[in-house]
Amino acid sequence: MRFLMLVKHGENPGPPPKDFLDAMAKLGEEAAKSGTMLQSGGLSPIAKSTCVRLSRGQVTAIDGPFTESKEVVGGFAMFELKSKEEAIEGAKQFMELHKKYWPGWEGETEVRQVLGPEAFDPQT
Amino acid sequence: MVLSVVVTTTDAHRAIDAVWRIESARIIAGLTRIVRDVGLAEELAQDALVAALQQWPESGVPDNPGAWLMATAKHRAIDHFRRNTLLERKHQELGRELEAKQEMAVEDLHTAIDDEFGDDLLRLIFISCHPVLSTEARVALTLRLLGGLTTEEIARAFLAPEPTIAQRIVRAKRTLADERVPFEVPRRPELAARLSSVLEVIYLVFNEGYSATAGDDWMRPALCEEALRLCRILAELAPEEPEVHGLVALMEIQASRSRARTGASGEPILLLDQNRALWDQLLIRRGLAALERAEKLGGAPGPYALQAAVTACHARARLPQETDWPRIVTLYEELAQLTPSPIVELNRAVAVAMAYGPAAGLQIIDTLVSEPSLKAYHLLPSVRGDFLFKLGRLSEARAEFQRAASLTRNARERALLLDRARACSESQLNSGSR
Repeated sequence: MRFLMLVKHGENPGPPPKDFLDAMAKLGEEAAKSGTMLQSGGLSPIAKSTCVRLSRGQVTAIDGPFTESKEVVGGFAMFELKSKEEAIEGAKQFMELHKKYWPGWEGETEVRQVLGPEAFDPQT
Repeated sequence: MVLSVVVTTTDAHRAIDAVWRIESARIIAGLTRIVRDVGLAEELAQDALVAALQQWPESGVPDNPGAWLMATAKHRAIDHFRRNTLLERKHQELGRELEAKQEMAVEDLHTAIDDEFGDDLLRLIFISCHPVLSTEARVALTLRLLGGLTTEEIARAFLAPEPTIAQRIVRAKRTLADERVPFEVPRRPELAARLSSVLEVIYLVFNEGYSATAGDDWMRPALCEEALRLCRILAELAPEEPEVHGLVALMEIQASRSRARTGASGEPILLLDQNRALWDQLLIRRGLAALERAEKLGGAPGPYALQAAVTACHARARLPQETDWPRIVTLYEELAQLTPSPIVELNRAVAVAMAYGPAAGLQIIDTLVSEPSLKAYHLLPSVRGDFLFKLGRLSEARAEFQRAASLTRNARERALLLDRARACSESQLNSGSR
């Protein structure tokens, strides 16, 4: 089963502490060594993003920043795992890492299954 | 922040199951280095799991469940050592000096287990795939120790009775202990042979999942994913080995086609007929990157890198007619020199037919017809039938498709072949000739 992890936090979490960056690097290495992380990436600040929107029959492109957004997606990772529980465990460890190395940081990891053919199989 | 959610027993069990899958291999690997016995290490790890099953539903899942399991298993290992020492002391009247040494050993044990896990994992892979074990035993032990699969799951995947697999694993562990197989990463010159044993096991697991030789299931995705995961781990642990990257590349690209390989009712769809929009581009990119890593390490490409290069030719072609068949012919020629086999010749025949026409392909395949090792191999008549069909030799083609159908053990493949045989008859009727 494939899972997309979306890491969300307040718009300006500030620069991450060095310990956190080191721990992240180690976690990334371990994730690669676990053979389950297919892809990951950080995203540019939302101030530099553009929203292309369809509303009332009109397609418009609006540049950031978007003052109304409280939480933004800062990064993502794609995993191939055996169960949703495994994905949740992974996300918990990821949040524990924030708790330990980045005091004051608040945010969330949203765990979303990427639907493949097996998601529609009544047996699974 | 403390989660005040009530953890139900089932929730805890599912979480434990997940933690076990993530952590078990590393725990078993770390313990094996200390206790020098894979069987005992697995037992100790299992003890820790049982402790979790007893405690977590009550206490909740700890913040760092992996560390909890490791610490518990570590204590069990120390208890085990102490117990054995006591026993020994009773028998041998050991002096105080030795006792002091033992205390030190326990301290060492703590630091030793906390060391880098990567090397232990690599050692565990090598010992599970040790040539002293039969191939079947290597496969079962690898899936059990490194894949965290239960005996039942392995039995289901290989359509074998559960007691058979359980026995196989017990015997494998005993053999490793009896033969005193060291828990180590082999050095050159032994490394090459040992590594190829590991890669063979991984690819065998993958193929068992990918091409299901028996039964009604065309695919068993769990086995493919497990093989791929193991090989990705191996690539991180042994990054200097081009063939490891070659095998990763080969499997990533093959796995990228899994959604396109079967139709709505589960029937197989051949490579050139697949809807390439269904190919998984993420896996293709990963596969091509792995192939590049293999090639960058230099040297003549090994058999896995060559096969990966063939699959890459297909992956790069957006349309079947864009496939670089002459390049594939060259790759199969290289592969035939490296690992000559009738199967490679059969594949070369297919590539030659695509590059230079079915008559050229048929010429090669006709030299294989008397090959004893291919006598019961359904793909030989299946491919030969295809060439004959394209050459308009329909009666011969039909006979070959029927023969192929009688040889395959896969129900869905059989149906496909019988369809092709019927198509020969229909073409004959329509053209009113031959």
